[in-house]
This record gives sequence, structure tokens and C-alpha cells, in this order.
Amino acid sequence: MAIVTATGSGPARPTVRRRRAWVAVLLRAASLPRGRFGLGVVGFIVAIAVLGPFLAPHSATASIVSPFALPSRGALLGGDELGRDVLSRVLGGGWVLLAMAAAATALGVVIGSASGVAAAYLRGRWDTVIMRTVDVVLAFPQLVFALLLVSILGPTVWLTVLAVGFSHAPQVARVMRSAALDVSERDFVKAVELLGVRRRKIMAKEILPNLISPLMVETGLRMTYSIVIIAGLSFLGFGQAPPAPNWGTMINENRIGLVLNPWGVIVPAALIALLTIGVNTWTDAVARVAIGIDREAETATLLELPAVGGER
Amino acid sequence: MSVRRSGARAPHPIIKLLVQRVALGVVTLCVVSVVIFAATQALPGNAAVAILGHSATPAALHALERQLHLNRSVFAQYGSWISGVVSGHSGTSLVNGMPVWSIVGPAAANSAVLVGLSGVIGTVVGVTLGAVVALRKDSLLDHVSSVVALAVTALPEFVVAIAMIILFATVVWDVLPAVSMVPPGTQAWAEPRELILPVATLAIVIVPYIFRMTRAATVEALASDYAEMARLKGLPTWRVLAVHALPNAIAPVVQVIGLSFLYLAGGIVVVEFVFAFPGIGSSLVSAVSNRDVPTIQLLVLVLAGFYVFVNIVTDVVALLVTPRRRLPR
Repeated sequence: MAIVTATGSGPARPTVRRRRAWVAVLLRAASLPRGRFGLGVVGFIVAIAVLGPFLAPHSATASIVSPFALPSRGALLGGDELGRDVLSRVLGGGWVLLAMAAAATALGVVIGSASGVAAAYLRGRWDTVIMRTVDVVLAFPQLVFALLLVSILGPTVWLTVLAVGFSHAPQVARVMRSAALDVSERDFVKAVELLGVRRRKIMAKEILPNLISPLMVETGLRMTYSIVIIAGLSFLGFGQAPPAPNWGTMINENRIGLVLNPWGVIVPAALIALLTIGVNTWTDAVARVAIGIDREAETATLLELPAVGGER
Repeated sequence: MSVRRSGARAPHPIIKLLVQRVALGVVTLCVVSVVIFAATQALPGNAAVAILGHSATPAALHALERQLHLNRSVFAQYGSWISGVVSGHSGTSLVNGMPVWSIVGPAAANSAVLVGLSGVIGTVVGVTLGAVVALRKDSLLDHVSSVVALAVTALPEFVVAIAMIILFATVVWDVLPAVSMVPPGTQAWAEPRELILPVATLAIVIVPYIFRMTRAATVEALASDYAEMARLKGLPTWRVLAVHALPNAIAPVVQVIGLSFLYLAGGIVVVEFVFAFPGIGSSLVSAVSNRDVPTIQLLVLVLAGFYVFVNIVTDVVALLVTPRRRLPR
């Protein structure tokens, strides 16, 4: 599945310069047209989600018009299934989704890179145990795995974040392990080993800083999937408890009234779509700069990156 | 001759791979079944309380505990569950008391139709588009399609499904059914009109992956010396593409088609729910919201089995289309 090319190749550089290189990659990605587009779109949606609750004209949970009322002066996007103001619910329903997606991504990337780097560097029994666990988790579709965990843990916000974050970890671990295998064999790692530095410190201070490029790309991909899965779970009815506004839940609540007032569905669906497109476009720009995907030689990279390989 | 004889003594690489993969797949499924069981039933705390809620009467709890065999040891519970799955008697649904297999079986058949149709259509469309665009590299078509593919790749499948409903089943044109009204007992393929939107949604979701990979691999193959040679010999473009470039570009494309089928197994959950299509995905959603543990266990196991199966098929096909990896070493 993951045919792996040398992701972290290139000469080993001291940590300090790496850190600056990491900023340089982001700046160069932001100067690409697609990077600028991605950042702009993400910025726009984040602004709506964060500022929205303060700008909402009405309460997100109060009924002010008749159910599925068409847009009017009082309710610019009309009413939802219970006559609540669609605009206010849209403005109030983004930040929880964003915060959950960010938290799940962070969790998945941290667990995944820790176990991936450990598997690559420690080898032997650790490698076997970690990678076999990864294989088992990867025998489910990611949404099904998250759904299974949610069915056990219950659909509360924090447990959903845990479930989604944990379901990311195996894929991150796989990518990070293959990148770390190469770095672990380099001379500077052997050198600090001879100095007697502890293994945990070698992994954190010597190996991880050399994996910033794949880590950045992987974080972007996981963010896209987090949004897709968390919005999907709320769409399926396993999100926040009902009166709370949430873009995923809104689409499901209001789709019975699609013929009466389509805006209750179209606006949240469009915002989720823009958000995922924005994050994915930005990640693509970062990948092009960081890993150096050339459009002519993207075959190997396409297979390696699950985003474009379609493995969720 | 000597090559052939040595090939006859060692097992053929494809057979060897098949045996290895099937063995590994069976082991994976066994571990997966333990994980599913442990996660759903043997959790710390009482599964009966988790299912019925804390307000349940002791009598109801006792009845459910007997039904789930919770009064026996964990290993005995697992043993009776897994032998039931294998022999086709894996308990009854907690919601309607029907045997779980009688719910999962027809649902699996319907989902198989959905996944099969959308996988095949998505593959044909993706490969064709990819090959055509590869011939027109750096044209306007190439740039536009690459941007569109990048955007569609990121779309959640429920957004695509909702867009399809808005376009074809309600607001814009009202020409297709928005929900599948497949009566219980009939099979999905008896109602082709109900299949159009779910199949189209799933195909749209996988086309970009297959398209991008086909384009990239074909561009690479077309830039090679043998393709150049074929062109210089004066072969028509379609021949260079179909006879020389595509067969060499097909291995990574097969991998991505395999991944797309895996992806469809997750995609059906949301898409079947949107269109109320009676398959594995919508059954899973309702089983999870009803905490119908026996049904959840079997559905997830069936999906995991499909995953293992697709992985094996992908590996074997990828080997079949790469002759240089097929030689016994």
C-alpha cells in the first residue's frame, strides 16, 4: 500500500538550521498560487467560525420564524427545522468543529509520530509490536473505526476527539516510520549514540527535527480528514447534543426541508466543502515545497501520500 | 529451458504471494475479531448496563446478560461468538430479535452492488480521463482538471451526496429519487433508478484519485525512450498510448484502484445513510445509534473481511501486471 520513497533524504543538517528551514518551507508554500488560495480560504472560514458567535444577530437556539421559512429581513438565510435563524446557527456552528478537528489532528500526529519514530529507531520487538498494531487498526475504514470507538465511548465532544485522534495514529505512524528509518541510519545519530545520549533524547532531539517536512505534510492531511470525519460523525448524528449548532448536524437536520428552504443545507455544506478544499490545497502546496513533488515525477509520491491515495 | 525448470521447482511467485497473503489475512481477521469483541462486549463495566442505560430494571439486565452470555467467562463468550459467526448463527439483534445474519446478509449483497458498480464506473472514468489528459500535458485542460481533482479529492462524501440531491432530486431538477425506497426483501439491483445517485456520488469521490495517478504514471511512461521510439516510428498516438505507455503505467494505477475500493468501504457508511440505501453502511449507523451490539460486531467484521480481501486482490493484480516482478528469483 505505502510504496515508500526516500522522504527525508538530503544531507543531514544541524537542528538550528532545520528549524529555520521549516519556516522557509511554509513561506515558500504561501508564495505559490495554490498555497495563497488555500491559506486565503482557510483564513476566511476560520474567521467566520471564530468571529461568528459574536456577530450572530439572534440566539442560535431560539425559534424566531416558522419552520423552514424562506429568507426574510429578520432571518437572512431563512429558518431551520424548528424555525431557528439559519444565519445565527451557521455563525455559531463552526468553532466547535474546528477546535475538535484541530485537537484530533494534534493527538493523532503526536501519537502517530511518537510510535512511528520509536518503531523505526528502536527496531526489533518494538517495531514488530507497533507495526502489527497498525496493521490491525488499518483493517477497518477509518470512519468505521471512529464509529466503533464512538459507539463504545459515547458521542461526547472529548471522547469523539479521542476516537478520531486515535484513528489517525496508525497512518501517521506508517509514514513517519518510513521517513525515520532513513534518518536513524545517518552518521550523526551514530555519533550521539557513541556519546551515550539516552535513546528517548536521541529520538526527540536528533531524529524528529529531521522529519519536519513529512510531519508538516502529514499534519495537513490529517487535518483534512479530521474535518471530514468529525463533520461526518455529526452528520450521522454522533456529534454534539441536539440544540447546539454544528455545521455537520445542520445539514442532516435541515435536509428534510430542502425544498422549502435550501439555505439551511447549502450554506453549512458549502462552508465544510470550502474548509476541506482550503486545507487540502494548502497541504498540497506545502508538500510540493517540502518534499519537492514535481508534477512530472509524482507517481511514487502519490502512492506514498494517503491523501491522494484515498486511504482514510 | 533451465530457467523454466528452476521455475517449476520453486513455487510460482504468484502462488507464493497468494498463500502468504491469505495466511496473513486470516491471522489479521482473527486479531481483528478479538479487537471487535473486546471493544464491544468485554469492556470493563457491564455491557448490559451500557446498552440498556442505568435506569434499566434488574430483570431486564439479567435477561440481556443471559442473551449476551455475559454470565460466562470472557474467553467462553468469545468462543461461542466466533464459532457462531463462522457457522452462521451469531446471535440475534437486540432491536428486533431477528438473527443477525439475516440482517447483515441482504445488506451486504446490496452494498456489494453499490461498491462494485461505483468502483467499476469510477475506474473506467478515472483511467480514461487520466490517459486523455496525459496526452495533452500542460494544456489548459490539464491545468483545469488538476485543480478540479485536487478540490474534489478534499470533499467529504456527504457534501457530494447533498450536492447531488440538490441538483438532481430536489431544488434544481427533480428527476431522480432522493432516497432509496427499496422495499425490504427486494434487492437493490431490482430498482436501478434508486441506484443512480448513490453510485454517482461514490464514483465522483474516487475518480480524482484514479485520474491523478493514471495521469502521472502515463506522463512518466510517455516521456520514456520506448514511447519516443514508438512515436518516431510513426505509430499513431492512440497506439503509442494504448500499446506502449498504458501497460507500463498500470501497476501504480492498480494500487490506487485497490485503495479506492477500500475507501468505498468507508464511503458507503455516509452515502447509504444519506440516500437511506439498505446496505451495510446504513445498517451500521442504525446499529450504533441503537447500541445493537451483536449487529455492530458482525457488520464491522464483514467490513474488515472486505478490507483484507481487497488488499490481497490488489497485491496479486499488481504483481500480474508487472511482469518483471513475476520472474522467480
